[in-house]
Amino acid sequence: MYASIAELVDVATSRSLTIGAAAREQEALDSGQSQDALNSKMQERLAVMRDSVGRGLAGVRSRSGLTGGDARRMAEARTHTRIIARTRTADADGTAGGAPMPIGGEPLDSAIAYALAVAEVNAGMGRIVAAPTAGSCGVLPGVLFSVGEIRGAGDSELVDALFAAGGVGAVIARRSTLSGAAGGCQAECGAAAAMAAAAAVQIAGGAPEQCANAVALAFKGLLGLVCDPVAGLVEVPCIKRNATSVAVALAAADMALAGIRSVIPADEVIQAMGAIGRELPASLRETALGGLAVTPTGKRIVSEINATHDKAEEPHLNS
Amino acid sequence: MNGIFDIIGPIMVGPSSSHTAGAVRLGLAGRAIVGGQPSRAALTLHGSFAQTYRGHGTDVALVAGILGMRPDDERIPGSFRIAREQGMEFSFSCADLGDVHPNSVLMELAGPNGSQTTVAGSSVGGGNITITRIDRFDVDFTGTSHALIVSYRDQPGVIAKITSLLATEDVNIAAMRVSREGRHARALAIIELDQPVSREARALITRISGIDTVIALPPVAPA
Repeated sequence: MYASIAELVDVATSRSLTIGAAAREQEALDSGQSQDALNSKMQERLAVMRDSVGRGLAGVRSRSGLTGGDARRMAEARTHTRIIARTRTADADGTAGGAPMPIGGEPLDSAIAYALAVAEVNAGMGRIVAAPTAGSCGVLPGVLFSVGEIRGAGDSELVDALFAAGGVGAVIARRSTLSGAAGGCQAECGAAAAMAAAAAVQIAGGAPEQCANAVALAFKGLLGLVCDPVAGLVEVPCIKRNATSVAVALAAADMALAGIRSVIPADEVIQAMGAIGRELPASLRETALGGLAVTPTGKRIVSEINATHDKAEEPHLNS
Repeated sequence: MNGIFDIIGPIMVGPSSSHTAGAVRLGLAGRAIVGGQPSRAALTLHGSFAQTYRGHGTDVALVAGILGMRPDDERIPGSFRIAREQGMEFSFSCADLGDVHPNSVLMELAGPNGSQTTVAGSSVGGGNITITRIDRFDVDFTGTSHALIVSYRDQPGVIAKITSLLATEDVNIAAMRVSREGRHARALAIIELDQPVSREARALITRISGIDTVIALPPVAPA
């Protein structure tokens, strides 16, 4: 594994590789496995990601009943927009038969739908790929598949992009943290957005240096983000934070592709993220003792969940 | 640790690496320690496990692990039904287990041979676990490598005989911890290994004078 983003970029640039290819070569050295074996392993993860997108778009509910169905809602709105765009029958007021159309366009609207889908499957105890964590598992597939679609990327390019994201994530883990309990949501959704931004730039044909700028720009947009889950569950606000994080990742990728540089280099941003995490109070690091978790609505949800369970039959007790 | 597949991965059933995937692994470790599927499991949840187990599926995850499922098994949400079908009784309670990690469980397991074993462990983040107690012995191992759990009567030479047998089998010891209830009383050795121990070698170790039981534990968590 690389010690820094700078080292990853240097190796890739000097050898005319993508950062994904450079990260895979290093992983082969570290693990003693062939690059073919590593590719198959990553292809398996890509397939699980794709499957979880499909299942989430079809509509799932969480075990608590608190969340679900939003990926489907987003996908339907997006499909609607596509049909309108194709047939050019949008009403003069910018709506389709009175229903307001999404304004983000592609790949953003798809990325939001896919991120919601995977995060909802996770909340519903479905199978996902932690990337880097289960709580932030929607961001990377959201960006990957939506950007892949508009650029016509095949599976081998998507696999390469996952190695790019993984190489970036490994540096973050080494220099800082990927745990919400240690660093807040910036360490989970923030890291996922940074990884996804690098993957997006690589798919779009950007240079290694541009990938590094995308990492820095995405991370800076989410620094300080706290982890304040209602009732301690990976649902509110986690699912929708996955969706909003894809917007940050795409904005960062586009800035980097336009040649915009981050004034603070990626490695220093990563260090800053770790330092900010250590300064966050415990109440904002996954303990459900602060932030959204203790709002009137957050507290009401907790008491409703407890009341439901107290009343519910508990067949497993003393079964 | 922290290779690329720890970052893009693991493949797991959600929603939480610590409260779901880690709980499956704790159940798997418990199953391995009692040497197969228990007939009965009484599980006591502590701290964050006790507060949020329903929403995170920590309860179904623990039962799934005890049934031998891996963290990516899509049958995990239905583990209660499968346990009933297979005739494994289980129950849950919540209690303060004292000065332990917030994500901790105490598993009282009736083994396949009728023996009762108590296993305590914690999910320490990212799906990684630590087993902290087996019966009355404090232990500390992560289940990332092969391990031998040897119960014996404390006397000189037992450990030397075990380790020399492992040496002749070309099995390398990565870590070892020995504890005992008192001099010449019941003792427990946890020996973490780089290679698995063959069935034959395990049988030879069991025959060493003073040794009661030898359990060979496969890895339950990725290294």
